[in-house]
Amino acid sequence: MAKAAKKTSGASGKAASASAKSNSTFSKDEDLKAYEDMLLIRRFEEKAGQLYGMGHIGGFCHLYIGQEAVVVGMDMAMVEGDQMITSYRDHGHMLACGMDPKGVMAELTGRQGGYSRGKGGSMHMFSREKEFYGGHGIVGAQVPLGAGLAFANKYKENGKVSAAYFGEGATNQGQVYETFNMASLWKLPVIFVIENNGYAMGTAVKRSAAMAEQLFNRGSVYGIPGEQVDGMDVRAVKEAADKATEHCRSGKGPYILEMKTYRYRGHSMSDPAKYRSRDEVQKMREEHDPIEQVKRRLSSDHGIDDDDLKSIDARIRKIVTEAADFAQADALPDPKELWTDIYVDA
Amino acid sequence: MPTEILMPALSPTMEEGKLARWLVKEGDSVTSGDIIAEIETDKATMEVEAVDEGTVASIAIAEGTEGVKVNTVIAVLAADGEDASAVSAAPVAAETEPAAQALSQEPAPAAAPAVLSAVTAPDPEIPEGTEMVEMTVREALNSAMAEEMRRDETVFLMGEEVAEYQGAYKISQGLLEEFGDKRIIDTPITEHGFTGIAVGAAFGGLKPIVEFMTWNFAMQAIDHIINSAAKTLYMSGGQMGAQMVFRGANGAAARVGAQHSQDYASWYAHVPGLKVVMPYSAADAKGLLKAAIRDPNPVIFLENEILYGRKFEVPKVDDWVVPIGRARIARAGSDVTIVSWGMGMSYSMEAAEKLASDGIEAEVIDLRSLRPMDIPTVLESVRKTNRCVTVEEAWPVCSVGSEVAAQIMTHAFDYLDAPVARVNGKDVPMPYAANLEKLALPNVDEVIEAAKSVLYR
Repeated sequence: MAKAAKKTSGASGKAASASAKSNSTFSKDEDLKAYEDMLLIRRFEEKAGQLYGMGHIGGFCHLYIGQEAVVVGMDMAMVEGDQMITSYRDHGHMLACGMDPKGVMAELTGRQGGYSRGKGGSMHMFSREKEFYGGHGIVGAQVPLGAGLAFANKYKENGKVSAAYFGEGATNQGQVYETFNMASLWKLPVIFVIENNGYAMGTAVKRSAAMAEQLFNRGSVYGIPGEQVDGMDVRAVKEAADKATEHCRSGKGPYILEMKTYRYRGHSMSDPAKYRSRDEVQKMREEHDPIEQVKRRLSSDHGIDDDDLKSIDARIRKIVTEAADFAQADALPDPKELWTDIYVDA
Repeated sequence: MPTEILMPALSPTMEEGKLARWLVKEGDSVTSGDIIAEIETDKATMEVEAVDEGTVASIAIAEGTEGVKVNTVIAVLAADGEDASAVSAAPVAAETEPAAQALSQEPAPAAAPAVLSAVTAPDPEIPEGTEMVEMTVREALNSAMAEEMRRDETVFLMGEEVAEYQGAYKISQGLLEEFGDKRIIDTPITEHGFTGIAVGAAFGGLKPIVEFMTWNFAMQAIDHIINSAAKTLYMSGGQMGAQMVFRGANGAAARVGAQHSQDYASWYAHVPGLKVVMPYSAADAKGLLKAAIRDPNPVIFLENEILYGRKFEVPKVDDWVVPIGRARIARAGSDVTIVSWGMGMSYSMEAAEKLASDGIEAEVIDLRSLRPMDIPTVLESVRKTNRCVTVEEAWPVCSVGSEVAAQIMTHAFDYLDAPVARVNGKDVPMPYAANLEKLALPNVDEVIEAAKSVLYR
């Protein structure tokens, strides 16, 4: 885990000396919001894993457990109208941007009440209303798509910023660099959020990426500033996201944030976990858990007592239980749905 | 309420597994995320994590047990405050049925819509006395884009050399001067990337026209055309799609070799979610491109370099739009139906004239749209002539002609007096040598020969 943030200046293209970890502090309200949003993702994903195990969720299912601080901290810096797009590890992003847990869970179970009416599944969900543009199953494809959203924002001069999330595995895809080039050339207001959880499926980043410790630096030759962030600390994420959104909104072009994070679960549900030790996972959970960090602050700094925490926990569990109940009770899509949404009527 | 812990499925196909090891024992307290057991399947050993919090009240399946069915109760957890000793495991399968079983009881899916073509509207009527102006296909495409860009500010053009160079084939000549560099955008040579950006811009509400210098280079970008543009409407349950046009020169030019001479019509016509248009005449090039830009779906617009400089008559009307999905009878006849599109029409029309001098009247149908395909117009003609020849430059295997033949066989089998004949490019990569290239492409004589063969003459 990154003990210190590193930065590159896009202009010079050099890696600057490491600076100190985030000193930003959250107000009680901010910590409470971060705690509740992250806890909702954690509990939702645990339930999704359980429903998968019971056969209610099919196909591929990629859980976000451990990475919650990334999307929650980023979302706290975004304003209404800003857009988000990501890969297939997308449940956390949808919950963070305010999509209804029932609709997300019902999509996972392939029911008519799902966001895509059961036709997308875990990897393919969208919400025009919440400016969430998917949910993409091809590694790296969301990067130019996210830059395209930024292109539209710039074209329309609406002042909005898009955030394109991708894993460190995707940073080896060619289209990412094609996009870096054009995003910088055209000064597109897009934040490239690298969620570096250390493993592309089972391949450790050091085995797949040259200069693996400097993924934030991969835009430097295109003049894109980059920064490495402790992605397990929601305050550090929010602070970096504030800086990145400000950079984009002021017309300076794209920004790269490399979030050093960790996923506790496998790549997908069927992951034998032979590529890393249990101790490594356990150590990360015990020493860096993003939710526990906030929970401790709530108790020690903000005077939230155990009863308050328990009632938050109970409320979140209720939301998740209701989502799971809905997702199992809801009807399967009507067979007629097979033939709808292929074309918009001209 | 005690919580039953069930044997989980850890892959889409797992039905049973071995409970290899317990990492907790009765009386232990667990919190969500704790690893409680290890399970072995034929593929791997995996860990089971607790989802709920509580105390392990009982373990129902001993470690080492093989063949434990998915969803069997393997342990029971007592919640805080419950008496763990009072809770006993019920060693029966859980009541919850896997979703897969529920699915099998579903009625069969609804049948596909019977008519595969989507004839939308007739060609706009050309009022009597409308002036016809002579125009090259190049000018027709250029004016179509200019008119639509004047009409809708969200339409823009991006591609290699479309702006300052004025278009590699001069299709975008003069557009930079009229619309400026915000809307006529030179891209780097980076098809995969700029196509993805264009699809993203369409998600964001713009209406991009993406020019591929030729469609050969679009193979770099085909993932975004199909996975991002064509499928998103369906995957989003109708919430959002990509209103955009992908256009450029398709098929053989002249002596440019194997990598620059491929016809992609059947590749794209294969894909639900795309519309595919392949005009021959200038009037259709103009009217269909305007329709494509206005169409709310992603449209593949296949042009031909050799046709760019050909002149045709175009009606001089204010807003010439040709509906996508409707074929045109280019020449009426009663003896044999020739179905073609794009450059294939060039061979077909010449062959029809020569056949006429032999006393054979061919009806030539220009499909114009390959998806949706106007099969009713083809069937109507075949029911009259009882014979059909398809003509295209593309390779024969799984070609558009194969689809036309299959549709005729399905819907007009009893009307056929001869098997449908297909004229295609030869099943080889395009050679460079002038004589070999000529041999690789279809020619007028081959069309005449095919027409005579279905007439048994």
